[in-house]
Amino acid sequence: MLNISKVSKLFNPGTVDEKTALIGINLHLKPGDFVTVIGSNGAGKSTLMNIISGVMRPDAGNVEIAGDKITLLPEYKRSKWIGRVFQDPMAGTAPRMTIEENLAMAYKRGKPRTLLLGVTPAKRAFFKEQLSRLGIGLENRLGAKVGLLSGGERQALSLLMATYTKPQILLLDEHTAALDPARAELITALTDSLVHEMKLTTLMVTHNMEQAIRLGNRLIMMDKGRIILDVNEQRKKELTVAQLLNEFEQISGKKLADDRIVLG
Amino acid sequence: MLSLLKSMPGAIELGLIYALMALGVYITYRILDFPDLTVEGSFTTGGGIAMILITNGASPWVATIAAFGGGAVAGAVTGLLHTKGKINGLLSGIIMMIALYSINLRIMGKPNVSVYGIDTIFTTSNVLVVVVIVVIVTKLLLDLFLHTDLGLSLRATGDNERMIRSFGSNTETTKIIGISLSNALVALSGGLFAQQSTAADISMGIGVIVVGLASVIIGEAIFGARKVFWATLAVVLGSIVYRIIITIAYRVEWLKASDLKLITAVIVIVALVVPTIQKSLKQKKLARKRSAELLTDPVQRGGGQ
Repeated sequence: MLNISKVSKLFNPGTVDEKTALIGINLHLKPGDFVTVIGSNGAGKSTLMNIISGVMRPDAGNVEIAGDKITLLPEYKRSKWIGRVFQDPMAGTAPRMTIEENLAMAYKRGKPRTLLLGVTPAKRAFFKEQLSRLGIGLENRLGAKVGLLSGGERQALSLLMATYTKPQILLLDEHTAALDPARAELITALTDSLVHEMKLTTLMVTHNMEQAIRLGNRLIMMDKGRIILDVNEQRKKELTVAQLLNEFEQISGKKLADDRIVLG
Repeated sequence: MLSLLKSMPGAIELGLIYALMALGVYITYRILDFPDLTVEGSFTTGGGIAMILITNGASPWVATIAAFGGGAVAGAVTGLLHTKGKINGLLSGIIMMIALYSINLRIMGKPNVSVYGIDTIFTTSNVLVVVVIVVIVTKLLLDLFLHTDLGLSLRATGDNERMIRSFGSNTETTKIIGISLSNALVALSGGLFAQQSTAADISMGIGVIVVGLASVIIGEAIFGARKVFWATLAVVLGSIVYRIIITIAYRVEWLKASDLKLITAVIVIVALVVPTIQKSLKQKKLARKRSAELLTDPVQRGGGQ
């Protein structure tokens, strides 16, 4: 489904500040794979997400989704394949517009936008039904401005907006990191159920080690722009946080350093 | 007092004509969050195109629509300069405003064109009736547009550009469309204004942006701006209120007609500063109240989410 081959990305090449963000990354996701990504500061996790979503272009290598080579496509053209949730709960929704208007915009992901009405009665019924899956009462607040919602509610809405049109690839970029523990847990549970229900091929960056082990069928660990560990489904079932930390130290020769790491 | 009342229909008429321009400013300033100075030039472009076409025998309605089209082109160029040329938004507007000065002189051939004695859209019918109809129709069409899929992505471009791009909108295109539509409305307003005053003048657009801002801000301050329908209505009413304020200001003995632009600037400053002060006072009061509550009830959790 997602095929990344020999992707490299440098920042400030040729200067004293040169930094290797990604070097020779190969990653292949099968349809329905749910891969969690962990790694230390500056490991290249965010750069990898940005390369896949088209915010940045790789200096070398290729990105393919479902057989289409998309390496050089701009971000807005890739959204046909990609649904995305950002870390910042404010980033995924338009605050001055209503819940139903936000859903209507997400409904047209990757499709031409014309002069037809964005919210029709038929679509409204569909939005209501979809919102009720979140189980937080948003289905009764279709006309409310999104700016009035709490961070957790906004992130739940972002998650629904990114997934309910069944993208080929779902990118989750630390999407629970900015929430308090209770709400982060709610969003995590929602993520798990939505991804499973719709069998979405998913790549999720997280700082929560326990979450990385618990969710998904595969775990990769990154360091200094490389994938240093790739744990398959069977091994992942028996994995513990302690083992994971130990493994990191053995491979990279240092302790896992991350300001925001959550051991779980 | 009686003469003031007598001048009211004229003020309302003018307010409605300028309301179309204010709706244009609303699109750039409020929806796209893009302060666009092109309007200073495109207002005159609209007036010039309408006058020249009418004096050359075109139907007044065709001339009015052509004015709309001329503004759309001017706005699209500003949009292209800003998005494709990566020129700062304010600067691309200023560049177009200057360029339009020469272009407008080319269109009109001379600094002043009048159509005295020739038919305009106002010749055969009551000005107020025509203007009311044009403004209502334009406002409703604009409301409708802002609820289409394209209109939603235009609004989201100003609200959360990153988000709408991640859902596949080319925000450069939506910006160009928005700025183009805005200037089309401004030029339409200029075209109507020229026909109402039976003349187009090269300097008729000077200060138009401030009048537009004043209308938008006064409208929001008095009538609120919750939904699109009410927001655009507030802009139209704001434009009328602005004209009434100006008419009253003219009556003040120690003010001169030439003080008009200064008065407008002061109105805008007051309208911009007062809500900010009000908001910050309200915020402080709320914060004090909440912290007092928390002090008296230490068990209670603060803030929520």
